[in-house]
Amino acid sequence: MPLANFIPTADDYLRYLPEIILTVVGVVIMFLEAVGGERRKPALGWLAGAGLLAAIWGSVVALGVGGTGFQNMVIVDGFATFFRILVLVIGLLTIVSSTQYLDREKANAGEFHALLLFSIAGQCVMASANELIMVFIGLEISSIASYILAGYLRDDRRNNESALKYFLLGSFATAFLLYGVAWVYGLTGSTNLAEVRRVLMTPESAPNLVLMGTAAALMFVGFAFKVSAAPFQVWAPDVYQGAPAPVSAFMSTGPKAAAFAVFLRVFITAFGPIATRWEPFVWGSAIATMIVGNFAALTQTNIKRLLAYSSIAHAGYVLVAVTAHSEIGTAAAMFYLAAYAFMQIGAFAVVTWFSRQGEKFVNVDDLAGLGERQPMVAAMLTIFLLSLIGVPLTGGFFGKFYIFRAALDSNLVWLTVIGLLNSAVAAYYYLRLIVVMYMKEPGAATENIGPVSAGLRVAILGSALATLVLGIFPSLVLDFAGRSAALVK
Amino acid sequence: MNLWLIPIFPLLGSAINGVFGRRLPKQVVNLVAVGSVLLSFLWVLKTLSAAWPLESAVKESYFTWIQSGNLQIGCDLMVDRLTAVMLLVVTGVGALIHIYAIGYMAHEGGYYRFFSYLNLFMFFMLVLVLGANFLLLFVGWEGVGLCSYLLIGFYFLEKFAGDAGKKAFIVNRIGDFGFSLAMFLIFVNFGTLDFGRVFTSAKSMTPEAGVGVITVICLLLMVGAAGKSAQLPLYVWLPDAMAGPTPVSALIHAATMVTAGVYMVTRSAALFHLAPVAMNVVAIIGLATAFFAATIGLVQNDIKKVYAYSTVSQLGYMFLGCGAGAFSAGIFHVMTHAFFKALLFLGAGSVIHACAGEQDLRYMGGLRKYTPITMITLLCASVAIAGVPPFSGFFSKDEILAAAYEHAPWMYWVGVFTAGMTAFYVFRAFFLAFAGQYRGPNPHAAGHGHGDDHGHGHGKPHESPLVMTVPLMILAIGSLAGGFINIPKWLEPMYPLAEGPENHMLVYISVAAGLIGIAIAFFLYVVKPSLAESLASALSGPYKLLYNKYFVDEVYDATIVHPLEEGSRTVLWRGVDAGVIDGTVNGVGARARGMGNVLRLLQGGNIGGYAAWVVLGSLLVILYVGLGVGR
Repeated sequence: MPLANFIPTADDYLRYLPEIILTVVGVVIMFLEAVGGERRKPALGWLAGAGLLAAIWGSVVALGVGGTGFQNMVIVDGFATFFRILVLVIGLLTIVSSTQYLDREKANAGEFHALLLFSIAGQCVMASANELIMVFIGLEISSIASYILAGYLRDDRRNNESALKYFLLGSFATAFLLYGVAWVYGLTGSTNLAEVRRVLMTPESAPNLVLMGTAAALMFVGFAFKVSAAPFQVWAPDVYQGAPAPVSAFMSTGPKAAAFAVFLRVFITAFGPIATRWEPFVWGSAIATMIVGNFAALTQTNIKRLLAYSSIAHAGYVLVAVTAHSEIGTAAAMFYLAAYAFMQIGAFAVVTWFSRQGEKFVNVDDLAGLGERQPMVAAMLTIFLLSLIGVPLTGGFFGKFYIFRAALDSNLVWLTVIGLLNSAVAAYYYLRLIVVMYMKEPGAATENIGPVSAGLRVAILGSALATLVLGIFPSLVLDFAGRSAALVK
Repeated sequence: MNLWLIPIFPLLGSAINGVFGRRLPKQVVNLVAVGSVLLSFLWVLKTLSAAWPLESAVKESYFTWIQSGNLQIGCDLMVDRLTAVMLLVVTGVGALIHIYAIGYMAHEGGYYRFFSYLNLFMFFMLVLVLGANFLLLFVGWEGVGLCSYLLIGFYFLEKFAGDAGKKAFIVNRIGDFGFSLAMFLIFVNFGTLDFGRVFTSAKSMTPEAGVGVITVICLLLMVGAAGKSAQLPLYVWLPDAMAGPTPVSALIHAATMVTAGVYMVTRSAALFHLAPVAMNVVAIIGLATAFFAATIGLVQNDIKKVYAYSTVSQLGYMFLGCGAGAFSAGIFHVMTHAFFKALLFLGAGSVIHACAGEQDLRYMGGLRKYTPITMITLLCASVAIAGVPPFSGFFSKDEILAAAYEHAPWMYWVGVFTAGMTAFYVFRAFFLAFAGQYRGPNPHAAGHGHGDDHGHGHGKPHESPLVMTVPLMILAIGSLAGGFINIPKWLEPMYPLAEGPENHMLVYISVAAGLIGIAIAFFLYVVKPSLAESLASALSGPYKLLYNKYFVDEVYDATIVHPLEEGSRTVLWRGVDAGVIDGTVNGVGARARGMGNVLRLLQGGNIGGYAAWVVLGSLLVILYVGLGVGR
């Protein structure tokens, strides 16, 4: 192979524009943090936001020169662009919703924003990975930055514990993933997704299918951990409860969306030919995830922990779409992850505001009478909760609708029945929050509650608007998802 | 014809009152709330007169709502003869109830919020009946449930109303589960959710082809209908929902929302025709509910509870009609029931208003002196529901019972017996409230009601203001004369009437049953009031059983709710979350600073437990694949 092949072309760089922008801006922030004074700190947030906006523009540019780049290492298609933009928007919402938190905890430092950008850069790498090694690299970039973010307040015991648990268990799971990659390479002689698929499709050269299934299972363990699917969900409640609320919002949406992106791409492109082997255990995991998430959430009293279990349950619904492994299943998963991101971030943004310094107020009962004291915020939280329940005219409804339709389309009748039953049960715990807000006498926790800062207001209103728009005009996003769901094979 | 205007008026009303209502004077709030409903009523009239005689459906497509792969759903509204009936009932009766609510809610806080919710409810209800596909119907279906929930919990003793609202929502979720599953199955089998296309292809199906799956679809639809329309075994939420303000009970829990299930089943008649088994199930559920709820209604003391169980029972009749194949009779009863049951509730509200919040029939009596208009209008409603000819209930009930006889004679007999009970309990309530002497507390001490907390703390019982009594009078006219609007004839092009000679004997028997019921009530509560009590104590066993509603709530609690809660508490929370893994964030991690400490934590602390869990899970997955179980 001539050497010239290894020199990236200009188009290759364009295809990697978002990642490049994010990395450069992240490094600049680190630098300014060191040289700039205390006074300039808030400006770093603006810079990070500008970087994210530029990266969104970059993703659109990259799509213009779509295709594979860097020797087939990356692929820029509609699917990758969808997830790139999704995680970038999640990043923007995280930045605006963390302003009040950082001021309040007196922890406004550039490193928060830099880490956030690095983590998102990792997620963009994941979204466009066409190669198991790239999957692994992206996952690590994203994870390592999130480990640190989880423990952002160095002196807070809860933050520390959260970070430590996340780190130890996360590395543990990554080891499984990497081991799986090694098996795949050993069995097929390649780590390129399309190449692996080709080998599996050729009967003469196909490796032992039992061993191949085992390799898929090993990789599944790694992905299942990242998306908090049962039985690898154990870390999620502790980590989300302990981490700063804006970080929990980020961790339960961004890395999860990116992990689902690679999960879908690897399992549908590379392992597509052996779907009958992996379908049963993804099926079982989907059911277990929905049941554990929803039923454990029933008795939670801490809002953050409740939202953590709810996020596990929602991962279960997306797994239903993965199990369907069809084009409409992929589109449904994409739509769901977008809808879910807005409602989850919105709910966490309200919690961020409500919990106040040191996150003192995070119990369900603390919300008593919020409907009377702060009708606007309560109404917004109600929208998010209704969307999490899956009531029509919210994004959550169409998300579930498409997922269960895709499942029935693939003849997964029992999965659909169990999923629908689960979403019926789920109404109970979200509803409890609404009941407390509107039908209980205001308690001490809602007294003297400060105003919602401008940034949080943008985050809350923006998320609510997006939730409603996705619920009333789902086509806006669904069309794009549908067109991008045909993964390159 | 701009059908979209019909639902949009109340939506605008809701938005205006919701956003600006706090700053608007009451008169403006009233004007917006009532005006928006009146406008949509007028628009319905205009639409119908323009499309008269509406021999085929008028459909308007606005835009393609969802387009993905083979799924295409339009935002389409449709009016046909069935929709026309529902539209008139919803906007007409709805407007009257809105007017009444102005008087009834005059002294309540959160006035604008109440009307905002009420208008929002109208919007969703109109979407429900106008939608031209199952998805839009479902949007309305969920929306009305949500508004009902908001309104039940409007101003109540928090524990009870919160519980009632929650119960309503959760029971409805079970119903919705059935409905959504049915919807998916329809999509998978027909490739569309559009009413026209689904029913056309259903009509061309032979009864043998795909009967199994159609039966399943119909049964699931019935699960949905049973949840929304309070049928066995999902009826438990409706009596509790009466904790809401009386206009809400009248509008949502009597006249409109609860009949959505009947509408949906009638709409899907083409599917039900292919599934005789499902039809039979519908008929039996309807009949059993009618009978069962009527027996409970016999002994209740709270005037709203009596009417609540009566509603459940009458809804049972409607399903009996549908199940027996007389869909048009079911819709006929929806209409007449909307008149007389809305009137009963509004009249009850007027009585409660008069007695300063008292709802217990034992503390009423002799109100004929104080509230003559309310008494006369309630009498109209009572004769209508009792099936006395020639008032409205007589005609619709007669149609249903005749169809039941054709279907299975034993159903007719149970239905007739239930009709007798209906006449009895409704007149029992009437006599207890208006006959005899006033049994309320010393007029000067009156003023503290309970439940529907509506006390004003002034003097003797008094008649309600005109804004409340005028709607009562209009509804009274509807209750008396509504039966002459021949709905089955109007719906004949869509739901052909059964041929056959009319059996006059059946009519006489059912009328006689009603009259006997009234006579017994008159005897027990006017002629010999002491007898009623001695009867109750002589039959104390059955009496207690009925009074406590067969202990169904307690049984549900003990067999379903409690185990479910306990199960998730002990197994999933204490067991998995806090047991296997020490699930609390207790700051253990903070002690682990150095690497050595981290290792120690791994060996002895909870992270070890987590890791073990991960390994176990991985082994499970890998063994599964490795042993080749997955082919």
